Amino acid sequence: MKHCLERIGRFDGALNAFVSVTEDRALAQAAEADRRIAAGDATTLTGVPIAHKDIFCTAGVRTSCGSRMLDNFIAPYDATVVERLDAAGAIMLGKTNMDEFAMGSSNETSFYGAVLNPWDHDTVPGGSSGGSAAAVAARLVPGATGTDTGGSIRQPAALSGITGLKPTYGRVSRYGMIAFASSLDQAGTLTRTAEDAALLLEAMAGFDSRDSTSLDEPVPAYSQAIEEPLEALTIGVPENFFDEGLDAGNAAAVTAALGELQKHGATLKRIRLDNVHLSVPAYYVVAPAEASSNLSRFDGVRYGYRSPEAMNDDLNAFYKRNRGEGFGAEVRRRILIGAWVLSTGYYDAYYLKAQKVRQLISSDFARAFDEVDIVAGPTTPTPAFGLGQKTGDPVQMYLNDIYTIGANLAGLPAMSVPCGFSGGLPVGLQLIGPHLSEARLLQTAHHFQRATDWHARVPPGYD
Amino acid sequence: MKFEAVIGLEIHTQLATESKIFSGAATRYGAEANTQACLVDLGYPGVLPVLNREAVLMAIRFGLATHCRIAERSVFARKNYFYPDLPKGYQISQYELPVVHGGYIDILCEDAVKRIGITRAHLEEDAGKSLHEDFQGMSGIDLNRAGTPLLEIVSEPDMRSAAEAGAYMRTIHTLVRYLGISDGNMQEGSYRCDANVSIRPRGATELGTRTELKNLNSFRFVEKAIEIEIDRQIDVVQSGGTVVQETRLYDSDRDETRSMRGKEEAEDYRYFPDPDLLPVMIDSALVEEQRAALPELPAEKRERFMSEYGLSAYDADILTASRALADYYEDCVGHSRAKPKLAANWVIGDLTAALNRAGLEIGESRVGAAELATLLERIDSGTISGKIAKDVFEAVWNGEGGVDEIIERRGLEQISDSASLEALVDEVVAANPAQVQQYRDGKTQVLGFFVGQVMKASQGRANPRQVNEILRAKLGG
Repeated sequence: MKHCLERIGRFDGALNAFVSVTEDRALAQAAEADRRIAAGDATTLTGVPIAHKDIFCTAGVRTSCGSRMLDNFIAPYDATVVERLDAAGAIMLGKTNMDEFAMGSSNETSFYGAVLNPWDHDTVPGGSSGGSAAAVAARLVPGATGTDTGGSIRQPAALSGITGLKPTYGRVSRYGMIAFASSLDQAGTLTRTAEDAALLLEAMAGFDSRDSTSLDEPVPAYSQAIEEPLEALTIGVPENFFDEGLDAGNAAAVTAALGELQKHGATLKRIRLDNVHLSVPAYYVVAPAEASSNLSRFDGVRYGYRSPEAMNDDLNAFYKRNRGEGFGAEVRRRILIGAWVLSTGYYDAYYLKAQKVRQLISSDFARAFDEVDIVAGPTTPTPAFGLGQKTGDPVQMYLNDIYTIGANLAGLPAMSVPCGFSGGLPVGLQLIGPHLSEARLLQTAHHFQRATDWHARVPPGYD
Repeated sequence: MKFEAVIGLEIHTQLATESKIFSGAATRYGAEANTQACLVDLGYPGVLPVLNREAVLMAIRFGLATHCRIAERSVFARKNYFYPDLPKGYQISQYELPVVHGGYIDILCEDAVKRIGITRAHLEEDAGKSLHEDFQGMSGIDLNRAGTPLLEIVSEPDMRSAAEAGAYMRTIHTLVRYLGISDGNMQEGSYRCDANVSIRPRGATELGTRTELKNLNSFRFVEKAIEIEIDRQIDVVQSGGTVVQETRLYDSDRDETRSMRGKEEAEDYRYFPDPDLLPVMIDSALVEEQRAALPELPAEKRERFMSEYGLSAYDADILTASRALADYYEDCVGHSRAKPKLAANWVIGDLTAALNRAGLEIGESRVGAAELATLLERIDSGTISGKIAKDVFEAVWNGEGGVDEIIERRGLEQISDSASLEALVDEVVAANPAQVQQYRDGKTQVLGFFVGQVMKASQGRANPRQVNEILRAKLGG
């Protein structure tokens, strides 16, 4: 743990992966871990240092969600994810940087500034869990939590060369996780290996009576399940994930990785996910719609940003000033889109239609899983892009999530696993499974990682 | 031109659950500001709503009692708008798929039974309260009420007069209290309504443009506000104008309604299904379980009181207006061999008057049902007269003791033995020779004078029937 704090001190000034470093809390938790180890009641995670994405509420610690709106917000309670990892003995070192309210694919919308990709400081680490990804990639911390609404764990994991897991919708409680799009949000892990992901998920997952959408299903012992020999899997490879939008280097790395899985007895089967091209437009209706409502509570009345001038305003001006100044441009854009698609006269044309598309995409996956055990392909169309390269063009930015959004719309578990490099930057292999197939995904990733060393590569200068 | 009014009501009734509809905070009224609001009610970042099952069961019971269909699947939706007493920036309500819909209730208005359709009833959370006084020009927010469960009951536009609207509102009020799903306390805002009012030429089938009267929180205000609004609309039309669709506020001090906002200013609430809550699934087993748990409903009870106790419709209606009053009455009748009609007269008359004077509810009566039953028996058996019984009742009410104890202590037992009565009569006859002569001359109406004198001499204890007989015999002789 001291080693991690020391590395954070050494590297994070440049990387900007952390919004808050909670050294005092970490030292207290470490003392408790020592006591447990001495008493002989330590568990697998006792004393393991981790970081939480700053979207999870942490009692007594600022929980900013990457926004000026919550820059002054000290959460009065712990999120279920935080509570469970605490109970398992993990030590929280700090809160990681993120795109504001998880809206972004580059971590550039954060009020606290961009995070650098440890592989190349001129590129982004991806987002929205960019701080968690960079922190794990730079070996500042062995594991971190993240959230994934349209790819916000898998895309930064791919761009930063680490392992990212987005579980089935409802597998991990959303209580205490600041909502972006409630029907899509899911907490997960960013780690170096599938093995570490299994350990963290085991502690995080499970039913929570405080979240009505959490699944009341037993949590398998993932860390044991991954050691089982890999059965002869049928892997579906969606043709349309390998279209002209895919970078040649990414395509080569992913194809090679699929070949590696074949060596382990997997059968590859070409499939089509016919409606996947509709996933981005559908997502950019559903997610902003929910966000526009979820973010209404940030009004400067009870907590959060209140403009110094707001007290002289009438009520409407008070809201406009607090929200206009408290939210950044991307968040404001999505609130506007969301309010628009829900308004009378547009609801049917946008919101309802997007829900229908969502059904079609779910059906595509359901049909695919009648024939294959998992679906595999690229996580992202390209490796990490340059800082500032896409900030002027939201649609280009949104297209980054073209391969990841489908799993969110269908509520499926999915992972990104390091599988090579393109132009010196990491490439991710995405694995998508049916509902509650986390054990199978982790097992596949674990066996892949036994046979390859992409996940073990360290960014130059960080070894 | 003759006009008729068309009225529909939206009644908001607070459900009597222990905790809020989506959080574990208590729902008690009158606590110090913001002491009954947890993080969920305060709309903190990251918190999530969890539905209170009891609120759903209450809605099912209401639906069953009003012949509604119970939705197998109903959905909570978000109603989005900004206001400081609405912490999340949206209210969780139901929109397209309410928990119950398509029923009716019969009301009694001016001796006629009328059936009023119930379009739907849906569950929702209440908002908090804005406090505009005592904050030096600023506003305070009390979120104790935020998240309190409400059942919004929407009627069809089936009412044609303010009186019908009042009768409907009272009937639903009686019902929700019978069902035990609401305390119906109007001072505390637990039962209030909005009224949609329009007029049209009598005989027309099309609906006129309606206005909505907001937040009417007493039966009297509902009737007043609707009457005034009907008159206003008729005036507008008769003077060549047209009624505009708008929301109006009733001002009870000035007894007028005034425009609050027009249709153009109406908000777009951007309803959509709440993704934090699963659809509410209700299976037939649960519905049957709730049906079995229904109490006898007001209409059934009224019928039974008429047939079982031989009461008039009027008496039965009053006695069944609340479950507690009906229970008291039946308790009293069950304890007594006196006629049920006598019990009805006492409960409706002296008891209700005493309760009103003291500002007490029936449950707080200082004369219990068993004690009143004893009093009725003493009247029935002739032990005391009806007049003396009023004094005894008063004494029991004031805590001076039980019925028999007071009768004995004060020596109030009726004098019915002939010898004592004859002695009293003789005294009175002897003391009033002039009146005796008058009687014998044919002015028989002076008999009343003699009765009065005898009663007075006996301090009201003489049996009046016997006194009459004895007097007639003696004076006639």
